[in-house]
Amino acid sequence: MNATRYLYAAYAATWIIHIAYLWTVARRYQRLRETIDKLKINELKGK
Amino acid sequence: MKRAFPILAVLTAILLSYATYAALVIAPTEQTMGDVQRIFYYHVPSGWTMFLFFAVNFVASVVYLIGRNLKADAVAVAAAEIGVVFCTVVLVTGPLWARPVWGIWWTWDWRLTSTLVMWLIYVSYLMLRRFSSGGQTPLLAAALAVFGALDIPLVYFSIWFFRTQHPQPVIGDQGSIDPSMLRVLLINWAAFICFGLLVFWSRYRLEVLRQEVEESQALEALLEPGSSR
Repeated sequence: MNATRYLYAAYAATWIIHIAYLWTVARRYQRLRETIDKLKINELKGK
Repeated sequence: MKRAFPILAVLTAILLSYATYAALVIAPTEQTMGDVQRIFYYHVPSGWTMFLFFAVNFVASVVYLIGRNLKADAVAVAAAEIGVVFCTVVLVTGPLWARPVWGIWWTWDWRLTSTLVMWLIYVSYLMLRRFSSGGQTPLLAAALAVFGALDIPLVYFSIWFFRTQHPQPVIGDQGSIDPSMLRVLLINWAAFICFGLLVFWSRYRLEVLRQEVEESQALEALLEPGSSR
């Protein structure tokens, strides 16, 4: 049935949205980790 | 929680897989709409989960406004982001269901328009948090969240109060959903809630970490008066 493609599109879109969001969270976490590492290096240099 | 997280993530993945299987295979085919009606098992639970996270954002914002608690602020921003993600799913799956059933992608009726307005309010909340750098940002954001929450009951009750293209409730006193469909709907809702809570926890931890880093950077800047910052 032709309408079935809308069903698959809806299910695919749902997971694309969720995965895209999870990817942004992971990227922000990675960037924050890099900032923490820089802060730690600065702290060690200060000592 | 840190040790339980991978186990909970695996259990949620299993539950989501089963819920999707139940929606596509186990649930009976609706007589009028056919298979396209199965969008219902993603669209409706996403909407309910969206309401849940926006309600959490509202409560956390009120708590922040009362006590200036940074943990409440972290809860608010995490809940708002996940609410927006689920709202986006609702706004995308809705038109994909409407097109073959109503013959149109969109109509400016109360339920659809108020949901779009709600999405815009919470996107502006997130943009305020992202692009404003002043110390008053959490306070302004919390005030906006309280104001934005006024739209939640409007969206929810719009199908009772106004004549809309959107269908009336299918569960509860006025509903007439088949019990086997209701079971699949509730399984999908449970799966999306578990998934949402896991993502919420990750986002909350990220926000708390960000607050700590920001505090450390501010301290570092204070300790180095000669620095250009």
